[in-house]
This record gives sequence, C-alpha cells and structure tokens, in this order.
Amino acid sequence: MSKANYTIETDICVIGAGHAGCEAALACSRLGFRTVIFTMNVDSIAMMPCNPHIGGSSKGHLVREIDALGGEMGKNIDKTFLQSKMLNVSKGPAVHSLRAQADKAAYSQAMRAVLEKQENLTIRQAEVTDILTQPEVEALELFADDSGGHSVFEGDSVSSGNAGFSEPSASSEASGPSRTEKPRVAGVKIHTGMVYLCRAVIVCTGTYLHARCLVGESITETGPGGMQRSTWLRDAMGKLGIPLRRFKTGTPARMDGRTLDYSRMKIQPGDPVVVPFSFSTDPADVQIEQVPCWLTYTNEETHDIIRQNLDRSPIYAGIIEGTGPRYCPSIEDKVVKFSDKIRHHVFIEPEGRFTNEVYVDGMSSSMPDDVQQRMYRTVPGLENCVIVKNAYAIEYDCINANQLKLSLETKAVDGLFCAGQFNGSSGYEEAAAQGLIAGINAVNYLRGREPLILERSEAYIGVLIDDLVTKDNREPYRMMTSRAEYRLLLRQDNADLRLRKYGYEAGLITQKQYDYVLYKEEKIREETERLKKVKIGAAASVREILKSLGSAPLKTACSLAELICRPELSYEKIKELDPDRPALSKDIVEQVEINIRYEGYIERQKKQVRQFEKLEHRKIPSRIDYDDVGSLRNEARQKLKEFLPSSIGQASRISGVTPADITVLLIYLEKNRGNADK
Amino acid sequence: MAESGYAEKRNPSREDTIAAAATAMSAAGIGIIRVSGPDAVRICAGLYVNAKGEHDLISHAANTISYGYITDAAGNRVDEVMVSVFYAPRSYTTEDTVEINSHGGMYLMGRILDLVLKAGARLAEPGEFTKRAFLGGRIDLSRAEAVMDLIASQNEFARKTALAQLEGSVCGAVQELRAKILYEMAFIESALDDPDTYAGDLDGYPDRLDRLCREMQEKMEGLLETGEKGEILRDGIRTAIIGRPNAGKSSLLNSLTGTERAIVTEIEGTTRDTLEESVRVGGVQLRLADTAGIRDTADPVEKIGIAKTKEAVFRSELVLYILDAAAGITPEDLEIAGMLLSWKEEIPSIRKCILLLNKNDLPAVADTDAAVSFFPAADGILSCSMKTGEGLDRLGGMIGEMYQAGELAHQEEPLLTNARHREAVRGALQSLSLVREGIRAGMSEDFLAIDLMDAYASLGKILGEAVEDDLVEEIFSRFCMGK
Repeated sequence: MSKANYTIETDICVIGAGHAGCEAALACSRLGFRTVIFTMNVDSIAMMPCNPHIGGSSKGHLVREIDALGGEMGKNIDKTFLQSKMLNVSKGPAVHSLRAQADKAAYSQAMRAVLEKQENLTIRQAEVTDILTQPEVEALELFADDSGGHSVFEGDSVSSGNAGFSEPSASSEASGPSRTEKPRVAGVKIHTGMVYLCRAVIVCTGTYLHARCLVGESITETGPGGMQRSTWLRDAMGKLGIPLRRFKTGTPARMDGRTLDYSRMKIQPGDPVVVPFSFSTDPADVQIEQVPCWLTYTNEETHDIIRQNLDRSPIYAGIIEGTGPRYCPSIEDKVVKFSDKIRHHVFIEPEGRFTNEVYVDGMSSSMPDDVQQRMYRTVPGLENCVIVKNAYAIEYDCINANQLKLSLETKAVDGLFCAGQFNGSSGYEEAAAQGLIAGINAVNYLRGREPLILERSEAYIGVLIDDLVTKDNREPYRMMTSRAEYRLLLRQDNADLRLRKYGYEAGLITQKQYDYVLYKEEKIREETERLKKVKIGAAASVREILKSLGSAPLKTACSLAELICRPELSYEKIKELDPDRPALSKDIVEQVEINIRYEGYIERQKKQVRQFEKLEHRKIPSRIDYDDVGSLRNEARQKLKEFLPSSIGQASRISGVTPADITVLLIYLEKNRGNADK
Repeated sequence: MAESGYAEKRNPSREDTIAAAATAMSAAGIGIIRVSGPDAVRICAGLYVNAKGEHDLISHAANTISYGYITDAAGNRVDEVMVSVFYAPRSYTTEDTVEINSHGGMYLMGRILDLVLKAGARLAEPGEFTKRAFLGGRIDLSRAEAVMDLIASQNEFARKTALAQLEGSVCGAVQELRAKILYEMAFIESALDDPDTYAGDLDGYPDRLDRLCREMQEKMEGLLETGEKGEILRDGIRTAIIGRPNAGKSSLLNSLTGTERAIVTEIEGTTRDTLEESVRVGGVQLRLADTAGIRDTADPVEKIGIAKTKEAVFRSELVLYILDAAAGITPEDLEIAGMLLSWKEEIPSIRKCILLLNKNDLPAVADTDAAVSFFPAADGILSCSMKTGEGLDRLGGMIGEMYQAGELAHQEEPLLTNARHREAVRGALQSLSLVREGIRAGMSEDFLAIDLMDAYASLGKILGEAVEDDLVEEIFSRFCMGK
C-alpha cells in the first residue's frame, strides 16, 4: 500500500459536482455532516453540457419532487430561467409538466454560489483516484497532523474549513464489532496522493469517467463540453468488485445566433404567466421578461446529405461501442429509423442571456465536421449558420444499477453510494433526484437510520430508482410519465402534499414549511367535503346564472361538487352560486378542484395502490438464503440472488420471477418466521 | 433493511374474495365451486335461492348444507345445488367460505363460476386456497415444503394446460388486439411526452379511438361467444325435448337414442335422480336431460307442467319443441312459446330452438307458415312424422349446421374455453367500455390511457405475458422521440 502524504478527516465525500453531486453534497452538509465535493474543474459545477432546459414531461415532476424534499434544483432554475412553459395544459393534470429554458452560465454560477455559502461543505478541484475501504485505510502508513478535531457525531455541525488534518478517528470504529463481513468505505484518495478519510462516499461521475467524444473520424479523450475526463475510478471500481459498462449519448451543435435568420422560423414564446418550479418561490418573482425559442424543420435535402454520409458516422461505422438512448436519437438515427418522415422538428434555443450561442435542439449528431456544416445549412434559417461548438457523441463508463440497493448504496460495499448518470440514467433532473436521495441516505447510513425509499406509488423518484435498480436497463434511462403506474396520483401540483413529510423527517424541510402542508391538507379536506355537502336548488335565479355560464339548468337539487364536474364549469365560475365559500389560496383551490373533478379515476388508482402496497410492505430479510427455498424455479433463484430484492413487491417486478415463485417465497418467509417465533 | 413491516402483521388482511372449482371440472359427477374471502357469503347470497325462491343464504347457520338453486342475473335457475356455508376461522382457508355443489360438467360449472366472478369474486390463482389455508395457520408449518411444491407444480400445470387450451387462432386474435391497444397507448404517450412535436396529432383523436374501441369490443365479444360455443360442443349440448302430452316427445327420444345409444351416462344428482343420455346427432354431441321423465310419462292423461318445462328449458342450450301439427296450436303452446322467447333472448348466441311439426302423415291443422308466424324466433322448423320417420333425417343436418359442427370439429381444442382466459377477455371488454365512457365524458387522452393500459394488461394474462416495458419499447420504435 502506498503512503498517504496527508490525510484529511471528513464525514462524506461526493465525487463529481454535476446535478447529482450538487444535490447530494448539499443534502449531506445541510444535515450537519462535514462534506467534501470533488470536481474535475470548479468552473463546471452544475454545468449543463447538453440541452439548455430544466423540466419537461415527467422531468418537471422530478424537479417538483426534489423541491418538496428539500433539494436545490427548483430554486436554482427559478433564479436563472429565460423562458418557462407548462406543457400539456389542455390535458389532464397528471401530465401537466413545467419546463424552463435555463441561462446555462447563470444556472451554474448560482448553484456554485449556493455550494460556496453552505456550511459544512468544502469544494475541492481534484480527480479522485481511489476509493478506500476499512482494511486498506488501516494498512496505510499515515503521516498525519493531530491538530484537528474528532469524528463528528450525529447532529454536530462543524465547519469543514476547520476540519484540518487529523488523526483518523475512524480507526477506533474499525476495532469495534463489524456489522457485516462486507468491505466498508473509509476514504478516498486524490491524484496528488492526499487521502480524505470519511465514512461514506457518493459517486456521481456523470459522463466523465473514461469519456471519449466523437465527431466523425475525430475522437478525443475528453469529457463533456471539452472538459478533462476522469480515468482512475475505473480501476478503483474494479478493485471493489463493481463492474462497469459503456453508455453513450450525444448533443447537437451550438451556433452563433447572429448568423441565423429568425424570420424563416416560427417563434416559440413562453407562457404569459409563469409558474415557478419551487414551492418556496414567490410567483411574483418569476414574472420576468422572457427570451423566445424558434421552430424550424429539416427537409429532404438535409436527409439526403445524412444518408450519403452514413458511412462516416461513427455509430453506423461501428466505432461507437456504447449503447445510446432511443429517446434522444441523433439526426442520423431519425433519418434512418423513421425514413418515412419527410421532416423533423428543429428548435433553436438560447444558451444564455449574455451569449450569442444557441442550441440546435433535435439535431444531435456525431457526423464529421464537414457533413455537419452542410447538413445544418440546409435547414431554413440556418443557411448561413456559423458553428461555435460541433455536435458530438460521448461515450462513458457507468454501472448497471442492479448492483445497488433501493437506497442507492452499493450491495458490494457498505457506505458506498452512487447517483446520477453513473447509474445509467440520463438527464439533469434524473441525476439531481438520485443525488438528493443518495445524500439523504448516506446521512441515514451514518446515523444508523433506515434509508429513505420512496415507493412507486409515492413519487416519480420512487419509479425512477426502482426501475434503475430492479429492471434490466440496456440504454440510458429517461423518466417518462408512462413509466409511472399511478401517475394520476403523482402529479406535479401535489408533490408537496406527497413528499414534504419525508423532507421534514430527513431534516431538509423546516417546521414552518411542513406546518403549511398540514394546514393545506386540512383545508383541502374541509373544502372538498363542504362542496359535496352544499346543495343548490333548481330555483329560477340558479337557472339564470347557469344559463349565463352556458350550462344546462338543474332538474333537481345537486351539490356544488356535481356542478364543478360539469366540463363547462369550474370552482371559480360557480362562485355566484356559492356565496358562503371560505377565502382559500389558489394552490388549495387547485387541489380541491382536481379531487372533485377526477374523483372516479383517482379512487380507482388509490385502490390499485392499496393492492400494490400489500406486496411492497412485505419485506424480505437481507439474510435470506435463496438456496434454502425449495420449489423455486432455477431461473427465479438466480435472478433473486442477483438482485437481492428488499420486498416481495420488488421481487415480483424482476423479469423471470413468476407469481408462483412469489407465492413460494411468501410461504417460505412465513415458515421461517414461524420457526423464529419458537 | 427493515423487517418490521413484515413482522408486524401475522395475518395480513386479505381483502379480496377468490373463487374457483375445487374439484376437477369434468363431464360427470358432482362439482364444487369454492368461494373464499370476506365477501364470500354476500356474493353467493345474491346467486342462491332456496326452494321457495328466497335469497336467504345470509341467515344460514355456519357449517350447514342446504338445497336450492343458483340463479342468474335475470333470476333464471341455472342449476340445482347444495350449498355449504362456513364462517371464519372454521373453514379450510380460515376465511368465510361458501361451497356450491353443482351437477358438475364443464359448462355448468363454468357458468356458475362466471356468475360468482361477475358478482365480485376474483378467480383464484392455482393453489391459492391452499396458500390461504397455510397462511391462516390451518396447515401445519412442517408441511410448508409440501405446500410450496404443490403450488409450484399446480401452477406449472395450470400454465401448461392453459396454454395448451389456447387455440392458435385465439392466440393470434389476442395478440392482434394487444398490438392495436399498445399502438394507441404509444400514440397517446408520445404526444404527451413530446407535445412540441406531436400535440397536433391528438386533434380529433378521441373519435377515432372510440371507433377503434368499438371494433375491438366486437372482436372480443366474438371471442367470448365462440368460446362458449366451443365449450358446449366439447361438453355436449344440454338439450330439452318439450311439447304437450302426446305431441311425440318419447317417440323423438326413442328415435334419437333407439338404435345408436352411443353413450348413456347416469348422473347421480344431489337431490334427485336424473337420467341423462348422450347421443351424437349431425356430428354434435347432445345431452338429453330427464329422459327418464319423458319415458315414464308417456301416459295419455299426463298434464303438462309449465313450471317443469320451464325448468328443463332454462337448463338447456338447445330445445327441441314438438308441436302436434294435426292438433294445431293450443293456449298451452302459446304459453310455452312466450317462455321460450324470453329464454332465447337471454343468450341469443348460444340458445337455439328447433320446432318440429310432428304428424305430417295426418292432415295438418298447423302448417309451416302457421308455425313461423306462431314462433318466428325458431332457429329451424321441420315438418316430420315420428311414425313414418319422414323428415327426421333432416334434423341431424339442421343441428350440425346450427353448431357449425364441421367447422369446429376439425379443431383440436375448442376456442377460448378456459375460465381464466374468459375472465381476462371480459376484463378487457370492461376496460374498453370505460375508455369509451371517458371519451363521451370528454376526458383527455391521458385518462383514456389508464383504461387502455388495463385492457392491455388483461389480455396479457391470456398469453401469460407481463406488461413489463412494452409501452416504452413501442413508443421508441413507432415514434420518433426526442427533440
């Protein structure tokens, strides 16, 4: 074992300062644990190397949920957006999704400022080269200064700036009884040889690890946006017995906005009234002057150029090894796979308020530079475009998340957590959501508490993590509303009602914020009941009012709730018929109206959830020996051993495990509990 | 990971009530349909009437067995039964349990099971009664291994037989329906996921979807219908020979069974002895009920018992109605015709009636034209003479044609005859009705997608396929996603 020239003692190390890393580090430090966040370059904190927006279908839900739990993403985009839109407003409330165009530089700077101001948090620019476990740390010949403090216990709040160089107090713990025989995280080493002793590590390397970027025949060993890639962790993960795999993704070109002809495109403005992402943002603060996006299309000429040069595309030439996402296809893919489409949408989106750069959404590519130049110039409005940054494909190392528990801790190493694109997901929002949960659970681990695991019936975050951990994902995973079985209950408008309590229990939501949710719940219940109870007669005055609203007269008395259910009416519209209504805030009225209007569907989904939860709440002990479970089919036994599901519900979602296997498993558990009782 | 959630509930509440045949569904013998769960008594009480026609099951004491009838939604008697009631925890499963002892036979048991399922029970998984018995502590822990083996093997058996029973063409039809539903879901989801690109595609979409759902519903109804037909054909068509005294019932019976008494089965009923004879006519197996009764009452003073005739009719799929053409149409015949009409209307696709104008060797009072106007709902009218045998040869052809015996006979297994499969198709039908209800109520596509998904999942049960990530796959393969 090599010598460590210096050691620094801390509690939690976060590797990577992208969207996952930032949320993870903020959660840990806010909960009172000394945290160090490592980044290859401090100027790339919360960088958005691909599209310039936050949110969108289902991703907007994730941001709301992150906010409800006490994360930062929603607040940060509210401070730095250029344009905002609520998608699908003409559809049901379950598919309303907020999407904002971000000022990328402002977003990154604002997040960095939040990190810098955060107590207990240290930012360190360095490449982490190794993750150390308990026996390795013990074997180190440590040359340490003993001027520092001691291990920090739960609830302590010690500024990391004062942590200094210290004796590894963690070693005293190692002499205690070992919880399991598994290796336990004890520190990280950086490229200078410095060792940070810690008790939990969260890996959030995004697309940086062993990255290579491809533009036609040109391949560079760089990370996203031309940043330096990281390499060492590949070996470190191998040493820990965690195999890696290769995924790829891509991004379109950035252009000099002055060279585009917007008169040939269709303007795409933001919403007249902007809804903020964060439940804590005052809506008045987000009514800003917005920057438009623009719509144009590819055409047959574009497609011809692509088809003629397919052999020069690294994907079609077989140079790219990684698996790319189908939901974010390159323009080459679109032209090949959807050859019947005569045009594809192209959106021109600003990258920031103080830059000319624009993003050419819909035309990601890994074609050679000369093909890109020609192909982009066939698009109306882009005839004279000047490219600032080429479109490129990027390949990187990541893990198959079935090596993780639902807490996002690795099954192989205690105290080692993983989050974000490293887990095989894609997207800023998916990354941030995992980062937040990994951060909360790293703290729960250190406190000896149960991990926070959101169920599929509670949150998109629950769906996201369960899908990543339980399913066999073969491409970067993107959130979609269709992945959520109970999406009618998991709306972006009720994320606070669903999740504030977990944020509060974790310690990231204040008493005051939580009290408001309790108050809101109570008011919603009261008002829903009142509207169902109060009857309106078929009097002439009522008929007049209904007539003026374009609604049919009543034949018999009916409740206010029934009136609200009429498609042409609403809570607001029937106020004249309801003079005694209490004064309620908009967010409460919104919930009441949704509850009433969609009651039938909502009740059905709630019923399904109750069925679902029965299996979900039957936990499988971690010490279970599947070889001891007779009657299991071999395929099921193998899968169960591989995935180690934590509940019967999770087991039932593993492909290759049948309902009969589940019954057999239930009876086995029952039998063993019987034995344990004796 | 906490084990607390698991440990805190010794006997987790099982809210649903399950039902299944507790004995093999076979052509003969007594069959038991077992219903277990909190709603078992309530569900059966709605179907069971005592000899006086009263729905009194709720008041039956525990561990009693009673004689009565199972009736369908219209109040018609489906079968004579003995019903046992057990209250928790004193039952096999330790839950409230009702056991319905019926005459057995696939078709009849299938019908009773269908009625129980329609009334709110869920079809039990293979081995589920045993599982509940075990979880309820009824079966000793030391036998857990045996129970696990039993469930695993029963499941494997059920899966294999269910698949074997799945006709290739049904499999194709179900797959086709699923593919259509999946495409529509993907269409909706892609538009909702990427509204910038696809929102416009949803204009006018609900009307299109409504038409498509209607077409699919018709397909499914057809599947259920052929399934029921297939099942009766395999099991034999329950046939009643009715008519006024002396019209020629016993002569017809004799000519059908006389020379080629292929199979005669004696079925011991639970309450009375009935003789049922099975004959093959026109390539179709007929089960002639209460043949003893017909033979015994060849007495000229026999009174027609309308109530008895009705009972025979409502337990049959085919009625051979003999009219004495020489005697003409009597008030009694009018009464019988009215009753036949209501019987037919209940399940028009299954219930058939052939009118035989007997005694054409004598001067006719009622000719074929008169018969048509008397009973236009007849599926066939045959002028014949039991005495000379004239016209009787055409009866076989008529029955064969009616049941498309030629067409169905060459098929190895009948269509969609498995109760689980039918439950799945009915579930899908119901979901599509909800889709259409949603369309009429002006719900947006994301709501319609909920019921489409349920329909898709229901059909998937037939093929033993889980939903998994089909939808996501479909979206990506059919629609060009991603800006």
